[in-house]
Amino acid sequence: MSTEFLTLIVVAITFSLYIYIGWRAKAKDTKSFFVAGNDIPAIANGAAIAADWMSAASFISMAGLISFLGYDGTVYLMGWTGGYVLLTLLLAPYLRKFGRFTVPDFIGDRYYSNSARVIAVVATIIVSLTYVAGQMRGVGIVFSRYLQVDITTGIIIGMVIISFFSVVGGMKGITWTQVAQYSILMLAYLIPAVAISLKLTGIPIPQLALTFSDIAERLTGIQSELGFGEYIAPFQNLSKLNVFMVTMALMMGTAGLPHVIIRFYTVKTVRAARWSGVWAIIFIALLYTTAPTVGAFAKYNLIQSLNQQPIQQVREMDWVSKWETTGLLQIEDKNADGLLNISANEDTNELKIDHDIIVLSTPEVAGLRPIIIALVAAGGLAAALSTASGLLIAMSSAISHDLYYRIYKPDATEKERMLVARLVIFITVLIAGWFGINPPGFVGEVVAFAFGIAAASIFPALLMGIFDKRMNREGATAGMINGLVFTIAMILMMQSQQLFGTEKPMLDSFFGINAQGIGVVGMLINFATAFLASRGTPPPPKEIVQLVENIRMPSSD
Amino acid sequence: MENQKKAQQSYWNKNLKIISSLLAIWASVSYVAVILLGDVLSGVSFFGVTLSFWLAHQGAILVFVGIIIVYVLCMDLLDKDVSIKRTESTKGGV
Repeated sequence: MSTEFLTLIVVAITFSLYIYIGWRAKAKDTKSFFVAGNDIPAIANGAAIAADWMSAASFISMAGLISFLGYDGTVYLMGWTGGYVLLTLLLAPYLRKFGRFTVPDFIGDRYYSNSARVIAVVATIIVSLTYVAGQMRGVGIVFSRYLQVDITTGIIIGMVIISFFSVVGGMKGITWTQVAQYSILMLAYLIPAVAISLKLTGIPIPQLALTFSDIAERLTGIQSELGFGEYIAPFQNLSKLNVFMVTMALMMGTAGLPHVIIRFYTVKTVRAARWSGVWAIIFIALLYTTAPTVGAFAKYNLIQSLNQQPIQQVREMDWVSKWETTGLLQIEDKNADGLLNISANEDTNELKIDHDIIVLSTPEVAGLRPIIIALVAAGGLAAALSTASGLLIAMSSAISHDLYYRIYKPDATEKERMLVARLVIFITVLIAGWFGINPPGFVGEVVAFAFGIAAASIFPALLMGIFDKRMNREGATAGMINGLVFTIAMILMMQSQQLFGTEKPMLDSFFGINAQGIGVVGMLINFATAFLASRGTPPPPKEIVQLVENIRMPSSD
Repeated sequence: MENQKKAQQSYWNKNLKIISSLLAIWASVSYVAVILLGDVLSGVSFFGVTLSFWLAHQGAILVFVGIIIVYVLCMDLLDKDVSIKRTESTKGGV
């Protein structure tokens, strides 16, 4: 049985599972459609959050990214986990006590203003749309790499599956499918990691192997010999300032991402909201502590087994020839000596590899059976679909719940709201699919910007809404607008080369801070503007102050 | 009513204390230890690697997990305390 056929079967089984779950979780009213009827147990919610969090990019590209960045990979490792501390301690319990359906729900009510609500909707859509474009593309890529299906067809298949369980099941269907997807993706990630750890160090637990064996030292050694800088030394690839800023933008941005925040609405109580945070960070930490080990082991293995080897022999290695045909790996004997020279010097380096190959090739490198490769494909798809569906409900609820129901037609019936909700989510699936098929050229980086925008607009408004009773409509609105406009303008100018085709970026950096970290400055501008504007205008009305006092107290169980 | 207000304020203050202490730890392990002191702590070895590298790639994440667990356990205790006080005050006929 060919690997492709095996992969097809495994993927088909997982897809049937998602469809079955979507069917069983049929949403019957707006409460189940938007917040899963507040019925999700904390541990399941934690798993769903983790699956929602880990996209196809994290699954396939992160280990590769870290293998290239070494120490500085910490921006992603800490940046994408540290935000959960902020979410759980500063936002989750209070939003659950507030207990409605979306982020603009909270901002609109807390700041007693439909303009604030609309700004929150705009920010939600910008953040989610930039994020989701990459996810559908990820679905297509996994299909093309593993099943030799063309990318567009792959995306369409993905769209059909997502449409089914999200239109029928709403948040309930999405949450339970995410739980299934977490289990699949985690299994698919761990097995090759354990295998390669065992093979290279004899220790089956990758995290322990990285710490206790001498492999990091050996990697640092061979890597620096070739001119790549020391793997375990800090700031070889990014300046200290940028590591600081980007890590902060990612952490604060995490706490401002609508598709993550709405996940805390779906549990029964405030206490359960906190416990979801615990489970979420545990499930997330499992992947995020495994990824750097895969990165280190795979890189070590790559250099060790290929450097200075006769090129003829290298090409005969099974996995090398396969990846060479996909173009993810390129060999060019520049000095015609018949040996493969790997070096950091662009001119003499004879081996070019794409980051993604680190995770994709590990099962073969570790000598695992084809069923594991099939599982890895299913895992990558699980990661892509789970993130995509989370983003889609966040985006569509901002339109169907906040714009349509709360602003346009507050007297809409349950039936009308359900119909609009289902219609809108279906349309957003089509839009996301279109972006997947016609991606803007800079899809990968765009996700990082979504974090910066969330950090500059949504996070401050939520934080101040809970912790500052004096924060009023004028302050919050001014803050959000300033943060949003500043950050977007900066990103557009620094990325003008990729976006508008200018010869050089209109702006190189902002006092040394790059486009990925600029969200932090936007966030500070938001806080400062909001503080100044609020103190110069009337305080919020008494009912609002009471609302804040209410959400600060745990539910009376 | 007065007692309830006082109880709420005291709950909130205790909450703030828990949150700020934990956030201090969060900031110290990530921004201070891994980033600001990254080069300094590279001189300290930790089993097969350096202390700063281990924190950067694994340790900080484990600390985050610990922080959230401690937070939730503290809040569970605090909530229990508040609901005990609440039953006591209703028993006392307030």
